[in-house]
Amino acid sequence: MIRFEKRLAPSRTTTILTPIIAVILTMIAGGIMFAALGKDPFEAIRIIFWDPLFDENFASYSRPQLLVKAGPLILIAIGLSVGFKAGIWNIGAEGQYIMGAIFGAAAALAVYPAESPFIFPAMIIAGAFGGWLWAMIPAVLRTKFKTNEILVSLMLVYVAESILASVAQGLLKNPDGYGFPGSRNLQQYPSAFNGEVIANSGMHWGVISAFIAVIFTYVMMTRHIRGFEVRLMGEAPKAAQFAGVSTTRLIVFCLGFSGALAGLAGMFEVAGPAGQITIDFNSGYGFTAIIVAFLGRLHPVGILLAGLLMALTYIGGELAQLMLGLPGASIQLFQGMLLLFLLATDMFTNYRIRLGAAQ
Amino acid sequence: MADALLKINGLTKAYPGVVANNNVSFEIKKGEVHALLGENGAGKSTLVKMIYGLVKPDSGQMTLNNSDYSPVSPNAARSSGVAMVFQHFSLFDALTVAENIALGMDDAPKPRELSKSIELVSHAYGLPLEPNRIVGTLSAGERQRVEIIRCLLQNPELLIMDEPTSVLTPQEVEILFKTLRQLKEEGTSILYISHKLEEIRALCDEATVLRHGEKVATCVPSKTTAREMAEMMVGASFANPVKSSRNIGETILSVKALSSSSQDQFGTSLKSINIDLKAGEILGIGGVAGNGQDELLSALSGELKTNANAIQFNGEPIGELGPIKRRQLGLLSAPEERLGHAAAPAMSLKENTVITAARRMGLLKSGFVNWSSANDYAEEVIEDFDVRTPGTHTPAGSLSGGNLQKFVVGSEVLQKPEVLVINQPTWGVDAAAAASIRQKLLDLADNGAGVVVISQDLDELLEISDHFCALNEGSLSEIVPTAGLGMDQIGLMMGGSTASFEESAQ
Amino acid sequence: MDLPGISPVLLIASLMVSATPILLAAIGETVVEKSGVLNLGVEGMMIVGAVVGFITAVNTTSPALGFVTAAIAGALLSTIFATLVLFFKSNQVATGLGLTLVGLGISALLGKPYEGIKSPTLQAFEIPVLSDIPVLGPMLFSHDPMVYISILIVAAVWFVLKYTRIGLVLRAVGENHDAAHALGYKVIRIRFMAIMFGGACAGLGGAYISLVRVPQWTEGMTAGAGWIALAIVVFASWKPWRALLGAYLFGGITVLQLNLQAAGVAIPVEYLSMSPFLITILVLVIISAKGNHGAPASLGRLFHASN
Repeated sequence: MIRFEKRLAPSRTTTILTPIIAVILTMIAGGIMFAALGKDPFEAIRIIFWDPLFDENFASYSRPQLLVKAGPLILIAIGLSVGFKAGIWNIGAEGQYIMGAIFGAAAALAVYPAESPFIFPAMIIAGAFGGWLWAMIPAVLRTKFKTNEILVSLMLVYVAESILASVAQGLLKNPDGYGFPGSRNLQQYPSAFNGEVIANSGMHWGVISAFIAVIFTYVMMTRHIRGFEVRLMGEAPKAAQFAGVSTTRLIVFCLGFSGALAGLAGMFEVAGPAGQITIDFNSGYGFTAIIVAFLGRLHPVGILLAGLLMALTYIGGELAQLMLGLPGASIQLFQGMLLLFLLATDMFTNYRIRLGAAQ
Repeated sequence: MADALLKINGLTKAYPGVVANNNVSFEIKKGEVHALLGENGAGKSTLVKMIYGLVKPDSGQMTLNNSDYSPVSPNAARSSGVAMVFQHFSLFDALTVAENIALGMDDAPKPRELSKSIELVSHAYGLPLEPNRIVGTLSAGERQRVEIIRCLLQNPELLIMDEPTSVLTPQEVEILFKTLRQLKEEGTSILYISHKLEEIRALCDEATVLRHGEKVATCVPSKTTAREMAEMMVGASFANPVKSSRNIGETILSVKALSSSSQDQFGTSLKSINIDLKAGEILGIGGVAGNGQDELLSALSGELKTNANAIQFNGEPIGELGPIKRRQLGLLSAPEERLGHAAAPAMSLKENTVITAARRMGLLKSGFVNWSSANDYAEEVIEDFDVRTPGTHTPAGSLSGGNLQKFVVGSEVLQKPEVLVINQPTWGVDAAAAASIRQKLLDLADNGAGVVVISQDLDELLEISDHFCALNEGSLSEIVPTAGLGMDQIGLMMGGSTASFEESAQ
Repeated sequence: MDLPGISPVLLIASLMVSATPILLAAIGETVVEKSGVLNLGVEGMMIVGAVVGFITAVNTTSPALGFVTAAIAGALLSTIFATLVLFFKSNQVATGLGLTLVGLGISALLGKPYEGIKSPTLQAFEIPVLSDIPVLGPMLFSHDPMVYISILIVAAVWFVLKYTRIGLVLRAVGENHDAAHALGYKVIRIRFMAIMFGGACAGLGGAYISLVRVPQWTEGMTAGAGWIALAIVVFASWKPWRALLGAYLFGGITVLQLNLQAAGVAIPVEYLSMSPFLITILVLVIISAKGNHGAPASLGRLFHASN
């Protein structure tokens, strides 16, 4: 007979161990899935996890891609993790990411083709503002009317996608684009281009912002009273109220923070790797970041590592599509499984498992 | 001599790190009211959970009517004729009385028949109930009736009652006792769990005393003094708090016509409450649970904001201020619910100090928490209030009720409040810790602070407070001096009838 | 405004069709939430139901069998959620999201070879006598059987919740799981069954999209229907008939905006296609501003039997 005992505080060792166990379990389950698809599971796993970093044919291309993909994931996940810690569920980061990109790109395109060192900083502000604004909708509705922020933030993803489609074909459409939908390419607009800071590293300003966000959030969560309030709200909402924490302010802060970071991620993406606003500009970073946040145990350093790992599965997945003809959806499934395995192993962090007679 | 209904032989149950029951044996006779007596943590709850099939014993046997009795579930216990009224009611707020009762029966009759029999039985036992009321709208006493009627409809042979009077006014207690005596006449056995000694002396035929999970004594309550039983329970004598004469100063906290609606759907709204608290004074606020205690504490702590003038502190209107500002002024508070309200269970004691002491004790420097100061403060509280814990890194949730309460009260008292409002300071705390907490409150008042103690323990209030009043359905009675106050007067105040109180006082 | 091509009879008839998938998912989720569990994986279970139903129907040429396997698939997928949440005590919000991500992945994988194929679809079932009534007949009584089955499920859920013992126990578990446990009810077993029922209903709803509404398989074809269903449960204050009302209102909006698109009204397509989501948000706001009475008290809370 197996039974569970609630731990009073999560175990530290298992907090670190469980993500690793979850990754291993996912590799096993993924291997079985690949085998079922008629591929050699060992080869598939190697192509996904090893070749992008160490295969001489691919590494030169893949290694910079690792940072390019990890940057937005980490940036968004860091923001989300703060809200998740407080029990505030922003699951619409994808929408905030889109709005950040639209605002950021619009700021640049409004002054095109002027060149100025102020354009890029203005885009950063506009991008963060766009994401923040989009997150303020669920925040205000939650604080004013107690509307569930999960559903509202998620619905707004679909609305943002419609807006994206609209501006790509209308407001922000490239006037010199021969009628094709999509904005001008910001990569060809020097003042607006979010290029690599170090050549061939993948390190663009978004990646640097992600690292800054990691450090900032780490300090806030461990040292600052705001971080304490966030944790207290998550652990014991009534105690937070007793401490004098304003629920309204905390909701606005958490949603605003995650929205702004998601907006930033969108802006850096559109100004850099993506280059332009297109109908299918968004690629699901906002949702994958939820997995990253959990895989990183809602801890800034954990998220940093988890973001890199998840970026690896993206790149490895593309490689596996190319090399093995593995369907793209299998990587999506792979990431989903990772989250579920992680949640399953989570129990070992919060509960002590005992073998023996019941009760 | 009557036959034994339930025989308990050598029951043992251990949890990791603690033996809840060790080799407990006793028997309950037919038609007997049997008391199970012991301090919090003595193992009473575990023992009755084993009898009711919620917990499986590690070893030991029970027989019911001379045949083996080992219930695997509450359902099995009920079908053997054992019913239980819980201390924390297992009721469903959003459902009706009849639905709640149907859920507690294994073969519930059709709704219409059930409603009829609820009315019939509840009137027969003097505990009238309306079957179609939503349970969330009932008072604590009425809610208890639902539980009792739920049990009685199944004609139990043994009725277990866990601390049934903690939610009742003295008058309601009398009604309950009448019902229980009637049941006893009809041959039902009752296992009565309590630590209220006078009640046990008035009601019970025999008592089994538990201490640290073991049976330490049996006695006939009517032939034993309360003092003797208390010593059996505690196993030692302890110092009663000393109340010295104090200098009462100027009014420090005044509440004027405070009205406020509850944040909780099924909560109680406060109705025009007036309080005048002077420095150096302890005001005791009695009343049955659920009559606005939590709401009053929230209104005073600042969790619930009111209009500015309804609460004045040193003459300054503070009704619109939140908890942080009120603490800075010197108005501190400690709510009833320790885990989750006064303290965050998964956070360490060090972290828990930040909840209320962050600003007053200078644990913050331009928004950043000085964790070493927080640690020092936690250590100070632990030392001063004799909190038994491995250290400041221990999660609050792992402390025993008494130790956590000492920590919670300690971290307020050591902030040197001008006024401390405290709800249920010694609820669920063992006798020695309770005595030390009361002493600390007395000391605080001696040093010139005003103290408001909200409690359901009348003995406690009479022991430490200078003035007394009671909450009833969100209204506060007149405030009167504690000295010379009798139980019947208190009962009337708790029942909300001030007019008849004046008559009886004459 | 004159809108050629939009006839009220057709509008109502097609709104019933367009509402059915959401109605099925919403009624299932109502039961799940009534038992005190929040399953945000509706979208994932729907799309898996859609793909499995489609594959079965194509290979067996029996849409009925497609619906059966879709229900089974939805229920099976929901057992993953149930196991994680009930036995592994995982966070319900995160697990539901995970289930949606996994569902989207599985469906895309399974459905790849079936893209662009047309499936056999359900024949309309003209209810004798009633379908001959002018106007009302073609409007209400000439639909495919699933439209009626979905209404029957609503009626059954309403009846069971309100008048039967199992319904009472389910509500009690959702209201206060500790008290239900103390009375000896099997909280976990009851919730497990409720979650599976919710999964089966979501599967049916998904299959209705791929077998009747479209009827084709395209990746991600549920396009947020699962989330709308979740919102409708809130809108309905956890009441079955109000879920029907909510789903039909929503169906009406969807059909109207599609008709407006087809009619070439001078509103950009993007604004029309975002309108269902905006209106859902608006409705959520109105409902929550009035106060969410009727939400099961234990909804989303973790149950851990401490004894």
